[in-house]
Amino acid sequence: MSGIKKKRNEMLLTIPSAGWLILFFIIPTVLVVAMAFRNADPYGGIGDSWTLNTFRDLGNPDYPSIIWRTFWLSLVSTAVCIVTAIPAGYYISRLTRRYQNIILLLVIVPFWINFLIRIFAWKVFLHPEGLFKQILVMLHISSPESLLLYRTEAVLIVIIYSYLPFALLPIYAAAEKFDYHLLEAAYDLGASRLQAFVRVFIPGIRQGLLTAVIVVFIPALGSYVIPDIVGGPSAEMIGNKIAQRTFVDRNLPHASALSALLILAVLLPAAIGMTRRFFKEKNSASLGI
Amino acid sequence: MKRSKFPLFVTAGILVFFYLPIVIVIAQSFNASRFGGAWKGFTLHWYSRLFADRNIWHAITNTLIIAASSTAVSIVLGTLAAFALYRYRTKLQIGHNMLIYLPLVIPDILMGISLLLFFVSLSMGLGLFTIFLAHVTFSISYVAMVVLGRFQDFDYSILEAALDLGASWLTAVRRILIPFLMPGIAAGGLLAFTLSMDDFVITFFVSGPDSTTLPLYIYSMMRHGSPSVINALSVIMIALTFIIIFISKKLLEVRK
Repeated sequence: MSGIKKKRNEMLLTIPSAGWLILFFIIPTVLVVAMAFRNADPYGGIGDSWTLNTFRDLGNPDYPSIIWRTFWLSLVSTAVCIVTAIPAGYYISRLTRRYQNIILLLVIVPFWINFLIRIFAWKVFLHPEGLFKQILVMLHISSPESLLLYRTEAVLIVIIYSYLPFALLPIYAAAEKFDYHLLEAAYDLGASRLQAFVRVFIPGIRQGLLTAVIVVFIPALGSYVIPDIVGGPSAEMIGNKIAQRTFVDRNLPHASALSALLILAVLLPAAIGMTRRFFKEKNSASLGI
Repeated sequence: MKRSKFPLFVTAGILVFFYLPIVIVIAQSFNASRFGGAWKGFTLHWYSRLFADRNIWHAITNTLIIAASSTAVSIVLGTLAAFALYRYRTKLQIGHNMLIYLPLVIPDILMGISLLLFFVSLSMGLGLFTIFLAHVTFSISYVAMVVLGRFQDFDYSILEAALDLGASWLTAVRRILIPFLMPGIAAGGLLAFTLSMDDFVITFFVSGPDSTTLPLYIYSMMRHGSPSVINALSVIMIALTFIIIFISKKLLEVRK
């Protein structure tokens, strides 16, 4: 096939998807960042002039604490997901094939249920008049007046609930490929169980850990429905503020500025992941695989 | 060395954690008391209230229209994208790959707000059509990734052999490539369909007054409606989910 024809075929195959994504993904994303520098008009639309005021407004009392809470919640939930997914991934990978498949199915099945319904289930579960609360009161763990719902801890638990499988699956996949003879070799060479786990197993599943961190941390940063349903005003995250500025006060430049901030926070880990992926592909291509 | 029991406990704990809220919802949907921790007797009242609701059928229709149309378009675009990514190793494809990969990592709320601003600045009316455009946008990447996975096992020389033997491009693609890719296309399509049916956040941003989908309707019920009716709705959706999983597993077994 001639080079020109080949180029033409490549373009024909690439343009439909690339064109769609440039039009409906890249341009809107750039637009959001641009709108952050526009002033709001009094009718809830976007004004004609450029301004930096929006970013100055981000310094006002509300925002820094919400931004801080968003990062803090995302970091803690990522840490908890990773710390629980490592022993579970290890355990599942050491089972026989048959039991591995059963447990994996058990892990995945609840997450085929609609996202909103799963979050709502937690609202029912933690409800002040619910069974769980009554048991806690009966056991004197919790006082009748205290609230389980509408607080930061509830948001944290539900974020962990929602994203733990995304951490578990890549960590399991990495553990499944891990050569367990290496652990035995470490024991033979005098390593304690903990030493072998930390210095041989953990580095061995590095790639899975990295994927797990990215797939939990990024969506956690963008959480909106979870704090909206199980969190109260004291547990708001950036996502809630974006929705509020969009639907309640109709201040689109403010919503854009917050979104721009979130885009920046997300792009950083995504860029790291993508660079690694690219180099991995390049390496395997150079090996002729 | 004897293996530690700790990993077993963590795994068991995770499974309890995953299923506990779901079990509670199922139990509550049959409980006569409104939120009650106390069991006030078995009832099907919440289910009959649910089925009396007319609006929900309208929402289900909207959901299915959007899921079917956005899946159809994203299958075409995603498969073309996968073909390009598989076939060519050029600079263009590195960019293309990034373009496909990015929507997978961007949180929903960012895609929602950016599409809303985009549609507003084009003065497009929000409704089923804007939801359709948004759903195609997030589905393309998933379809492309799944189909690309299937492509990895494809031997391109088979296609070239067909061309050498006189088949036209169209025939070779229709008779060789498409049948080979079919399991990947079906899996990608199923994924796109499920994601579209499930999506709340992006839809919430780009929907208009008369374009309520099922997740939007569930959300408004969660805000304003009776929680017990949502429990009943949840149980029906959970049951449907299990039935679909069961049927698709059976279908896969038959194919083997």
